[in-house]
Amino acid sequence: MACNGSACQSGCYKNGDELAAPEEGGAAAASNSNSNSSSNGSGNNLCVKCKVKEPFTVAGGGGGEDGRFCAECFRSNLFGKFRHAVTSNAMIGPTDNVLVAFSGGPASRVALQFVHELQYKAQKNFDASRDRSLPVFGVGVAFVDESAAHLPSSDKAMDQAIEDVKSLVLELSPPAKELHHFPIESICSGDSSDQREKLKEVLNAVTDATGKEDFLVHLRMLALQKIASENGYTRVVLGSCTSRIACHVISATVKGRGYSLPADIQYVDARWEAPVVLPLHDCLAQELNMLCHLDGLKTIELPYEPQSTINSLISSFVALLQEENPSRESTIVRTAGKLTPFAFNRIPEINDTNVPLATRRRQKRSSLKLNGSISSESFCPMCYSPLIQSKVQALDTPEASKTNSYIFGSSCCSSCRFQILPQDPLCMEHFYSHLPPPLVARASSGNAHDIRSLREHIQDYLLLDSDNEQ
Amino acid sequence: MEETAAKPRRSGGGGRQCCICHERRPALKRPKTLEQICRECFYAVFEEEIHQVIVENQLFKPGERIGIGASGGKDSTVLAYVLSELNKRHNYGLDLFLLSVDEGITGYRDDSLETVKRNEVQYGLPLKIVSYKDLYGWTMDEIVKMIGLKNNCTFCGVFRRQALDRGAALLKVDKLATGHNADDIAETVLLNILRGDIARLSRCTSITTGIYSPNAYRGFAREFIKDLERIRPRAILDIIKSGEDFRIATSTKMPEQGTCERCGYISSQKWCKACVLLEGLNRGMPKLGIGRSRGLNSNQMKTDKPTSRTKSIESKQCGSLDF
Repeated sequence: MACNGSACQSGCYKNGDELAAPEEGGAAAASNSNSNSSSNGSGNNLCVKCKVKEPFTVAGGGGGEDGRFCAECFRSNLFGKFRHAVTSNAMIGPTDNVLVAFSGGPASRVALQFVHELQYKAQKNFDASRDRSLPVFGVGVAFVDESAAHLPSSDKAMDQAIEDVKSLVLELSPPAKELHHFPIESICSGDSSDQREKLKEVLNAVTDATGKEDFLVHLRMLALQKIASENGYTRVVLGSCTSRIACHVISATVKGRGYSLPADIQYVDARWEAPVVLPLHDCLAQELNMLCHLDGLKTIELPYEPQSTINSLISSFVALLQEENPSRESTIVRTAGKLTPFAFNRIPEINDTNVPLATRRRQKRSSLKLNGSISSESFCPMCYSPLIQSKVQALDTPEASKTNSYIFGSSCCSSCRFQILPQDPLCMEHFYSHLPPPLVARASSGNAHDIRSLREHIQDYLLLDSDNEQ
Repeated sequence: MEETAAKPRRSGGGGRQCCICHERRPALKRPKTLEQICRECFYAVFEEEIHQVIVENQLFKPGERIGIGASGGKDSTVLAYVLSELNKRHNYGLDLFLLSVDEGITGYRDDSLETVKRNEVQYGLPLKIVSYKDLYGWTMDEIVKMIGLKNNCTFCGVFRRQALDRGAALLKVDKLATGHNADDIAETVLLNILRGDIARLSRCTSITTGIYSPNAYRGFAREFIKDLERIRPRAILDIIKSGEDFRIATSTKMPEQGTCERCGYISSQKWCKACVLLEGLNRGMPKLGIGRSRGLNSNQMKTDKPTSRTKSIESKQCGSLDF
């Protein structure tokens, strides 16, 4: 029934693209934030934005962006997208303390650079202003060290990488930023050798390679949240870019996580104690790579072996599609953007009168965008994804046999139950007993998010800070 | 499904029996569950699962006339066999027909039409063939003669989609059954995400629809799904589950479903795509409705807002537009 592309001579590849093109052309135009009434043909070879300088080219071809912008317009275009995301989603306020998650890769490198530049400008304004009314937000850097999960023992290349990270952060001042080098096993209980043991045990219990990889991502977020809460950070900045989000859209679909997908791909994710924000949401990986190349931004490669998982299959697939059509990643993200987000996909309202009125107003404006968002009541303790209420499992086994590990397992989403949790009950017991305490706490604490949002409602009437909050 | 209460017999290799009857030697490993299963049990399980889907979703009522879309391929052949089997076995009381489409491409359909004619004999299901000539007045060969080898896929795809529906209407069938399987649906979900087709994304997992359109990256998607299935077989079903769980924002503009003024077929425009294309053929303007050319619908529709970009509304497939 379907057209077999190779046999057909009509060139329906072109035709298909023509049919889809008006929408995608729009997306590409939007992502370039440029008028596209001018043709693509570079007859006069000038930067399409300033029309003064010559566009830069990357040796071997840089794809869609190549030969269109001069270096400066390219940079300002990219920074513009970042700044637009930050301001229109009220991501960073003057009283915030921002933790930038740094993995060493180009996207998080650019995130770090741009946040630094924003802070630097704010500092300059502060120094120059007479009344010093607008404080400057603080910035810290988190480097979650996952070597215990990937490498058998201490590794010279890893040690060097850590030193490189330290010197990189030192260079990003003024204003000075604290670096938090956090070995991922530290979220487990016990002393450092206990922790390494527990981490290894818990990772070995996960037999599915994709499940293991995803499990590590959940642990990483736990680590970031721990750093944030122990050091007073109010925001976590991730360098997730359009390309990464596009891969996540496909991978969530493929893992049966269609319901919770919108939660992970918005600009703001306030499920967490320290809300997670994605200021590079509208930037393509290719653009970020190019910027690192142009500006000599140092990236750090970690000595981990790539795993063959569904996630890596999807990355290759999306990369292939992007090559075939440079607006594919944007299209994927835009399509998924039409799914209904959740109530926690906005910065919670600020009722603190110490926060400048302008900031509070801006935040109110951005939160109005999410009308009709879904309020969810329960979350999977493993991945913290919102669960469809009707599908929350009823525990209909006799009370006596409801062990803690059983309760934990039954409250997880079906995707985590399949790809992460051990099938065998004994293995599951063992697995559960080695889980990091914050993960275990999620299942039994009921619903941390709900408690927080309840608190928001009654905040004005509370006289004392509750001692119960951990 | 007969389950033989047999004692598990252990031969030399321990566990080398069909995991359902524990008697016969397994003939294959079932892709959906990776269980080892013998031929008879595979047939039984396969047919039973389809029966369950039919019963749980109340797909049919007794006395209904059901047209089975028959292309001659494996999917529709299996569909024809299974439906006629289950109809007898479980007394659905259905009036089954085979419905086949002849595009009028010399040498293309001939083999598959032979297969369908064989199916008619083998399963005792009356066959009705509708041709593009009957429905539209043009065979694909004639269309290609008129417009050449470029863009003919557009015609064929649009016409074929309607042909089954129109054939069904001609035959006065109550429902149309097609052989779309999980892989097809999963592929469609994926493609709709890739294309940005939010309107179709919300419809494509509902059990009674299935829509195709030819595109090059379908090949990539198909490869990807094959690779995915190798790593994790249940991923195909997980994709469908995700598709069912997607919640589309109510603020998203969806195309309005109306009817074509010329033929009454479902359409979000004044004229359905097939009618636009046909008008072009009949008037000797073969480019009508293709690509970015300004065509019939823009002249007809007074509501068309003038835009500086040459975005042509009628170049989109029926039901795929944002207003």
